[in-house]
Amino acid sequence: MFPTPIQNRSRAAQITYQSLLPLVLILWLLPLIAVMLFSIRPFSDFGQGNYWGMPSSFEFFTNYGRVFFESDMPRYLLNSVFITVPTVIGAVALSCMTGFALGIYRFRGNLLIFFMFIAGNFVPFQILMVPVRDLTVDLGLYNTKLGLVLFHIAFQTGFCTLFMRNFIRALPYELIEAARVEGVAEWRIFWFVVLPLMRPAIAALSVLIFTFIWNDYFWAVVLTQGPGAQPVTAGITSFNSQFVAQFHLMSAGSIVAAIPPVVIFFLMQRHFIAGLTLGAVK
Amino acid sequence: MSSTATPAMAQREARAEATWLQRNRMTVTPILFLLPGLLFFLVYVIAPIFQSFHISLYDWDGLGEARYVGLANYEELLDDRNFEVSLWNNVKWLALYLLAIPAGLFIALFLNQTVTGIRLYKSLFFFPFVLSQVVVGLVFSWFYLPREGLLNATLAVFGLGPVNILGDPDLATYGIIAAGLWPQTAYCMILYLTGLNAVDPEQVEAGRLDGAKGWKMLWYVILPQLKPATFIAFVVTIIGALRSFDLISVMTNGGPFGSTRVLSFYMFEKALGEFGFRMGYGSAIAVVLFLIMLVFIAYFLWQMWRDERTARHG
Repeated sequence: MFPTPIQNRSRAAQITYQSLLPLVLILWLLPLIAVMLFSIRPFSDFGQGNYWGMPSSFEFFTNYGRVFFESDMPRYLLNSVFITVPTVIGAVALSCMTGFALGIYRFRGNLLIFFMFIAGNFVPFQILMVPVRDLTVDLGLYNTKLGLVLFHIAFQTGFCTLFMRNFIRALPYELIEAARVEGVAEWRIFWFVVLPLMRPAIAALSVLIFTFIWNDYFWAVVLTQGPGAQPVTAGITSFNSQFVAQFHLMSAGSIVAAIPPVVIFFLMQRHFIAGLTLGAVK
Repeated sequence: MSSTATPAMAQREARAEATWLQRNRMTVTPILFLLPGLLFFLVYVIAPIFQSFHISLYDWDGLGEARYVGLANYEELLDDRNFEVSLWNNVKWLALYLLAIPAGLFIALFLNQTVTGIRLYKSLFFFPFVLSQVVVGLVFSWFYLPREGLLNATLAVFGLGPVNILGDPDLATYGIIAAGLWPQTAYCMILYLTGLNAVDPEQVEAGRLDGAKGWKMLWYVILPQLKPATFIAFVVTIIGALRSFDLISVMTNGGPFGSTRVLSFYMFEKALGEFGFRMGYGSAIAVVLFLIMLVFIAYFLWQMWRDERTARHG
């Protein structure tokens, strides 16, 4: 193991390390801790210039209550859910199929198509912006959740295919050959042999895509406007203009907007990290 | 002999009777499985790239008639001060964003221990990556506030400041990059933590026996084994640097005096911003950004292609 395990070092080194850990962590999360502290202060504290002293009262419920009951925040959150969940389902379903086709079959152009998916995944969003916006307007889907979902599914299919294809490549090929010898139809091989083995990949991708899409801002701004369809990342700006300079509410609002992916991450940490670090180890 | 020929003949007959679909299933199946995903991807990702190239040759407000202007949009770029500033800022982003890689490695080395609670520490260090860039941008813009921000409150303790980072044209871009480095470093850290986990303990032991310690061990024994992690960290950091949009939009909206614009932001401003809908000019900017990215994409793909080939022969 590198670096040398701290257990093999001197007692002094161990104590230093143990006390350094929480300190460094607090330093690392300082900007976030500041926002959390802001979000439980009463408004009057800001007027009196009491930014970092003891809060004059703890207003956790008042502040967060106002976020939920006096703003469009719940609608934005709901929009985000209705954009994110269908995208996850769509992108994972499509890439299970493309990954299967590219991972199992040998045909001309296989690698070429695979690399096209990878390359498309790297392009800057701006080169897609004008045509995708046009297409969405032409389809009558501008400022709808569906318009956003369709684009997200298509774009995420690139990354998901890369992931799924490499995962399927690592499965024991003998399983598929054995099934073929038995005369099992190809689509049944997909459904009954490969798909059950892909469960960890599906879990990892779902968590990742959920986070990516929940956090998307650019496409939300390009393809939607207003509380009818906008997800929470875009909605937070109008929320902030509603409560301009009221830092306690703006802080509470942005914490609420950030919570769903954070919860998903802590619940599904293993899958999340497995997905994110795929390929980091050979 | 005849007894062995009969089943073979029967089989051949059966095969002839098999439908066209059954005979060609090894070709038809992959096509059918690829079709939906591929179609989606072609319509929404591949075709728009070429369409943008096309649109960049027109003068178009997005609604009315498009007028062909040849390379006029690109000629205009050459004299555009704002374009120059944006391009230059992109260079800064690229160079400074790469700091996330050594910083991530450093934190990973710091956390690669087995003490109680270390798992929680690792997750909390990684945590900024899960936040959306919008929230990161807001968090940092409040952190930087001249009066209310924690940064200046801290500086004041040491008798320094106050500085208005986002209000100063010379500092604003660096302030935004610092905000971007926060989640990006977390990402690189997790890549390296995973990589360190898989480092071959025998090689480390052998290195120790040879007297390698500290930096030497890191450089000659550990880093070569972390090469796949470094490659991915490099890819995601470059992509992240060139995609920077959310932070700029949230933190400064391109200001002060346009000093924090980058190509991706400037393109958006030109095509959809308050200064009118210049789709052609915006597309020309996007094409330039795309060409810069293409250099990196080509390099990434080339690396991956090599890996694919060695994987197949190996």
